[in-house]
Amino acid sequence: MADFDQELDASGLNCPLPILRAKKTLNGMESGKVLHIIATDPGSVKDFEAFANQTGNELMESKEVGGKFEFLIKKA
Amino acid sequence: MQDEKKLAIIATKGSLDWAYPPFILASTAAALGYDTEIFFTFYGLQLLKKNLDLEVTPLGNPGMPMPMGMDKWFPVLGLALPGMQGMMTGMMKKKMASKGVADLAELRELCQEAEVKLIACQMTVDLFEMNTSEFIDGIEYAGAARFFEFAGQSDICLYI
Repeated sequence: MADFDQELDASGLNCPLPILRAKKTLNGMESGKVLHIIATDPGSVKDFEAFANQTGNELMESKEVGGKFEFLIKKA
Repeated sequence: MQDEKKLAIIATKGSLDWAYPPFILASTAAALGYDTEIFFTFYGLQLLKKNLDLEVTPLGNPGMPMPMGMDKWFPVLGLALPGMQGMMTGMMKKKMASKGVADLAELRELCQEAEVKLIACQMTVDLFEMNTSEFIDGIEYAGAARFFEFAGQSDICLYI
């Protein structure tokens, strides 16, 4: 997994909390910085795709590692 | 950012289960950049109380999954027994917490943080003689025309 600037562990949280926490964390980050998110909600895979499409923040990576879902999002 | 989209919601129900959709959708929409307003009317006003003491009832709701196969051996009339609603509410809350579903008050706070506008129906407040000191701060009291001012320009309008 590529480098990241900040990390958010949303494990155990259900919809829509991973998205809301990610949005809040991104709000406090500078443009171009990368956020690494860990989630256990299977719905988060499609949700982070949709989040990126609608907010313009780039979803650089999305993968499953040992039953957890990991995402890299670059702040627009 | 693209042109800001708008979401207008009317929240009309005051039970624990139906309290979730307005707050989940509004907070998510706000996170996606939507300008969002919720108009609370009739029983929906319960969702604006400081003390969110909401319950869920299996009565008249054949679609509600019952724990421990209760629906198999429990006659419908049994669901009307005293204490049943409280028991079902307790079970639902426990289940939600164990599945990482957000606490309702937390979701509502997230909505307010994200500047979702919460509007209480003034007519309902008068009708049920509700005490506005029981409601959270930061809400607006207005009527149907105020709702349409925003809803008329909205991209999505939901009645919940």
